[in-house]
Formats: sequence, C-alpha cells, structure tokens
Amino acid sequence: MNYFPDEVLEHIFDFVTSQRDRNSVSQVCKPWYKIESSSRQKVFVGNCYAISPERVIERFPGLKSITLKGKPHFADFNLVPPDWGGFVYPWIEAFARNNMGLEELKLKRMIISDECLELISRSFANFKSLVLVSCEGFSTDGLAAIASNCSFLRELDLQENDVEDHRGHWLSCFPDTCTSLVSLNFACLKGDVNLAALERLVARSPNLRSLRLNHAVPLDILQKILMRAPHLVDLGVGSYVHDPDSETYNKLVTALQKCKSVRSLSGFLEAAPQCLSAFHLICPNLTSLNLSYAPGIHGTELRKLIRHCRKLQRLWILDCIGDEGLEVVASTCKDLQEIRVFPSDPFVGNAAVTEVGLVALSSGCPKLHSILYFCQQMTNAALITVAKNCPNFTRFRLCILDPTKPDAVTNQPLDEGFGAIVHSCKGLRRLSMSGRLTDKVFLYIGMYAEQLEMISIAFAGDTDKGMQYLLNGCKKLRKLEIRDCPFGNAALLMDVGKYETMRSLWMSSCNVTLGGCKSLAKKMPMLNVEIINETDQMDISADDRQKAEKMFLYRTLAGRRKDAPEFVWTL
Amino acid sequence: MGGGAAYENDLNFKATELRLGLPGTGCTNEEQAVSGAKNNKRPLLETREERGSKEKSDPQHDDQETDPAPKARIVGWPPIRSYRKNSLQTKKAEAEAAAGMYVKVSMDGAPYLRKIDLKVYKGYPELLKALENMFKLTIGEYSEREGYNGSEYAPTYEDKEGDWMLVGDVPWDMFLTSCKKLRIMKGSEARGLGCGV
Repeated sequence: MNYFPDEVLEHIFDFVTSQRDRNSVSQVCKPWYKIESSSRQKVFVGNCYAISPERVIERFPGLKSITLKGKPHFADFNLVPPDWGGFVYPWIEAFARNNMGLEELKLKRMIISDECLELISRSFANFKSLVLVSCEGFSTDGLAAIASNCSFLRELDLQENDVEDHRGHWLSCFPDTCTSLVSLNFACLKGDVNLAALERLVARSPNLRSLRLNHAVPLDILQKILMRAPHLVDLGVGSYVHDPDSETYNKLVTALQKCKSVRSLSGFLEAAPQCLSAFHLICPNLTSLNLSYAPGIHGTELRKLIRHCRKLQRLWILDCIGDEGLEVVASTCKDLQEIRVFPSDPFVGNAAVTEVGLVALSSGCPKLHSILYFCQQMTNAALITVAKNCPNFTRFRLCILDPTKPDAVTNQPLDEGFGAIVHSCKGLRRLSMSGRLTDKVFLYIGMYAEQLEMISIAFAGDTDKGMQYLLNGCKKLRKLEIRDCPFGNAALLMDVGKYETMRSLWMSSCNVTLGGCKSLAKKMPMLNVEIINETDQMDISADDRQKAEKMFLYRTLAGRRKDAPEFVWTL
Repeated sequence: MGGGAAYENDLNFKATELRLGLPGTGCTNEEQAVSGAKNNKRPLLETREERGSKEKSDPQHDDQETDPAPKARIVGWPPIRSYRKNSLQTKKAEAEAAAGMYVKVSMDGAPYLRKIDLKVYKGYPELLKALENMFKLTIGEYSEREGYNGSEYAPTYEDKEGDWMLVGDVPWDMFLTSCKKLRIMKGSEARGLGCGV
C-alpha cells in the first residue's frame, strides 16, 4: 500500500466513515496517520475537556463537522450544579481564528451563548447545520443571528434545550434568499412565533423534509403548512386543539392525505390532544412515533392509533399506554427496534406499566434491541423471560420508580434477572439498572458483559467488591456513572490504570473520600479528578477522611481546565 | 398474632399503645424483615440535600403540597431530563386548570344541591353574584365585623379540616385551595354567624 500515491490512499479512506474506523486507520503507520488526519472532515469529541481545540485544529485541518459533548450525563438529572462548565465558546473562537471551514456543529449538554451563536453565523461562510441537544445559555436572539447570516443553512435542530424566549421575531430573520432549509426543529421553544413568517419560510423551502413545530403553532397554520410541504418526511405537530366538526379539521384531513412521505411523527404538545383519527391516514407508513410529550391522550385513543402503525421501528411513549397498550404494540409493531416508555407522573411515584408490558414487548417484537423503560415494578422471572426472547439487546435501560424495590413477587433482589440479561445479550453496549441489587449482579456483569461500554448504577451493591467486579470484568467499559452506592476507596483505587482506558467516571453519594480521590489524582496525572463541592463545610485542606460527595474524573490531554468554577476542585 | 412475639422483651408497649385499629392488626415480623432488607441502602432524601446544598431550588420539588400521597423525593430520581420533567409539570398544571374545580353548593330548604366551578370566578364578588343568581336570593355585603348583615342568608364553606367557615374571611386564593363544599345558611343559624360576638 505504500507504493500508492497519497491521493489514492485518501480516496480509499473516504470510504471509511466511522470515527472509530478512521482512528484505527490512523494508527497503522505514520504515512497513514498523516493522510487520514489531513483528510478527516468529521470529528467527534465525547468530552470537550479531554482535548484542547487547538490540538484538534492542528491534527485535523480539514475539519468541517464537529460533535462536542460537555457536561456529565447525570447533569440531565440535576446532579451537577449549573455553571459547572461545558462552554463551547473557546472552541468556536479557536475555529474562527484559524479560519476553519466549519459547516456542521452538533452539541450535547453544553453552554452556548448568544455571542457565540453570533460568532458562528459571521465566521463560517458555508455553515450548514446546527444541532443543539440539551444545551442552554442562549436565547432566540442567538437564533436570529443564525437565521440572518447563514445563507446556506440547511439544518437548525433544537432538541430539548432551555432557551430564553424573547418572542418570535427570529423566524422573520431568515432572508427571502434563504431557500436551502432541509430540517427545522423548534419544538422546544416556549414562546410565540411569527406565524406568517413561518408560512412564508416553508413556502420558499422546496427541500424541507423535517419540520417540528412548537406549541404556539395552531392547527389552521399546520394545515396550511402541510399543503405547502407535502414532501415532508418528519413532522412534529405543535398544538392540536380542534373541534372535530370544524372546517379547519376537514382541511387538515385533506392536507394529510397529500403527505404521502411522512415517516416520522411527534409533538402534540398541549395538555389534552383530542381525537387523533386524522392521523390514522399516515400511520401505516410511519417508522418513528414520539408521543412522549403528549400526556392526556387517553389509552384508548393511543391504542387505536398504534393499531394502524404496522411498520413502526421506533416508539417513544408515556406509560399511560399501560401494559394493555404495550400488548397492542407487541401484536402490531413487528418491526419495532427501539422503544422508550416514560413516566407520565413521576412525582406521584406511580407508573402505569409493569413487568407484564415488558414481557409482552419482548415476545412480540423480535427485532427489539434498544429499550428505556420506566415502570412500577419488575420481577426476576420477567427479566429472565425477556432475556430469552430478546438476545439482541444493545441498549437496556430499566428504571423502577422506587429505586430499591425488590422482585415484586418474591421480594428477592433483581440480581438474577439482570444477570440473565447480560448473559443472553452478548452485544449489550449500554445498561442502566434499578431495583434491589447486591454485589452479585456486578459479578454477573463482570463475567458476561463483554461488549459493555456504558453503565449507570444507582442505590445498588453491598461492598467494594461490586465495583471491583465491574472494573475487572468489563474490558470495553468507557463510561461508568454511580450514585448512592456503598463503594469506597478500595474499589476506586483498585486499578487506577483502568480509568485511562475510559472516557469518564462519575461517583456521587458513595463512600469515596477526599483522601482517596487525592491519591488517585496523584497516581494518574493524565486524569482530571474533579470534586464538586456544594457545601460550605468542606475546603481543600479539609480532613482527607471526609467523603467526596460528588466526584467526576476523566482522561484528558489538555490538563486541568481553566474555566472550572469555584465549587469545582481539580485535585 | 405474630406481632406479639416480637415484643416479649419490651415492656409490651404494643399492647398498651393507643391506636385506632382492630386489635391484632399491625406490622408483622415478615413485613419488618422485608423493609429492613430494602433499607440496606436508603435513598438519599431530599431534606438532606436541602440542608447541605446551596443548589437553586428546582421547580419540581415545590409541588409536594399538591401530591395526594406526599413522598420524600430523591434528588435526580427518576432519571428523566429536566426539560421533560418541567414540561410534564407545566402540562399537569395546564390540565388541572382546564379541568375546573367543581364544588357542591347546598342551600337550606332546597330539594337538591347544585355544583359550581370555582375556577371560573376571579373573586368573591363574582362568586356571590353567581350564588345569588343560582338560588334567587340576596346575600348582601360582606363586612369583617358583621359578616353578611342585612340578609337572611350567609354563604359558608367547609374547609379541609371539616370546619364550617364564613365565606370571605380569607384571601381568594387561599379560599380556592381550602374550600371543599359550599352551604348557604338561612335564618337564625345565619344570623348567629353574622353576629360579631
């Protein structure tokens, strides 16, 4: 291969798209490293503090698309104080300064300001795609800058962000010359939008294939938009309040009849969406359905809808569908690959689904490989059955609303059930567990979960052995997050080298002490060991025997970060 | 009587304990054993966090008063994104607002009761006017000192504690949350309430 000119190698490498494969290619030899690095266009940085922007720019000068992730996963559940970090500005500033031809930016759990959005819009002439997931720190003013200045914008996708809403003029900022939009998702915006501007924008975007509206877009506008965009593939309905006898409703039915390409449906964002029969028209072609933001759709209405969705591959739903509803899913959706069942009333602590629904899904849907399931209770017998029925799980996340609840029938811990899952599902990459669990379950995981990359544990285990089994056994482990488990320094310090093979470790409300963390930090200079200190009582010179309430460690080439707030100590 | 055996070594407090309930009922050994096993690892309760931390108070934790079965909430559990939690809360509030707040209204001497939606009214004057219309009577003006003087009728309500209170004493919002049913009292009973004794 060394007799080929560089251009040929580069052309061959073009066919290698996954980052992991490209990483492997670059490790073959120096010439390959050089060629691969200079030609790589898409870069994924799983932890924005693991490497500096300058280093990324130096290695990948041809970078056009970057994905960055910031805060630890448990930040999603309010376990990380705001201002912990994850600021994207330094990256954008570095890209702008180095004249990078950035075209795509995808951020997850990061803080992005309006100034930063403005900088993006002015610095990258070919900027095409902005995807923000669970981010914060910006307002609709920043969106206005993107709309105004990115002449070739194809994609603006806002998923579950906390956006300060300064009202809807940002939509009017798309110039009349902007006709390139392919995907627009503003479902998470809380405020009103300029409806006339929205209509005009849709009318001049012939390539628009994905449109997700927020709650402020009423039915009559939806109907008009659908008439103008019959080629939509992905639709997020905003508001769906209607009078079934009205003119508007009839027009909607007509419009939906013309939308033969819709494959993905979501939205219905207000309190009690009514009769969904208008949508039965498009159900037979749906491969993805997300009704998880539509509480108040009655179980009967849900079941009626789902009976029409024979081609469904992905379903996100609320637990008010009930075990009965899941049985309908199991008998109708034979192509189902991924399902997520969210709790509709998480504060009252009662979920409407149990192990019965889970077993039904496992026996009815042979292609099921990814599940997130919030439920009232679980049994070992059910998990063992699920493991037998579905050996193909790659992602298995189970959350019992009472986190230490044992087997609902036998009162035993759920060790055997989860053990069966990891034993049977040889391709399992991600696991979250809950319920009463002892050290035994970790023994099973260490023994059988060879492909496991990410695991989330809460209120489980009895001794340090639990965590030790895990660290010893799971060779491919990348992300480990633990809360409220009795694991201490012995487990933490058992194999310090392991953490350099992982992206990160989170431990909160466990038994590790300040001393243990300091010791780890000393032994492993390539790790940032951060303590999040939220109480006044503790200071850095405090007694090393004090427990470290929240610890987050990650491997890094960038050294300790300079933007850490006061309450974060890097040891 | 499984419960008895466990307390042989005590001063048998159980037997002399004042409780409402049939004799012989109570926590059995088995139940105790299970709850013991479960509590090997106690979920971190919200109150501990509150004492120690300076975290901003999360909107979802303010809802405890309205829960039918108040439970100590564990921070960050169940593990769903704040965005989703907040949006569910908003929708719950919206749904409750949309659902209305119907209470029974009885009037002394009337053959049947009526029901009204308290949420529809912005304050006491509107409510009283509606009652006057519904029952074809005059209630008169409210005064703190004299109640509803100048009228045969006095509007009263039963509060959460089961007491009968005169309508108008507490702020409207407080009234909304504590009113279980309404009763329009008549005659001497009414005048008794109206007397500022």
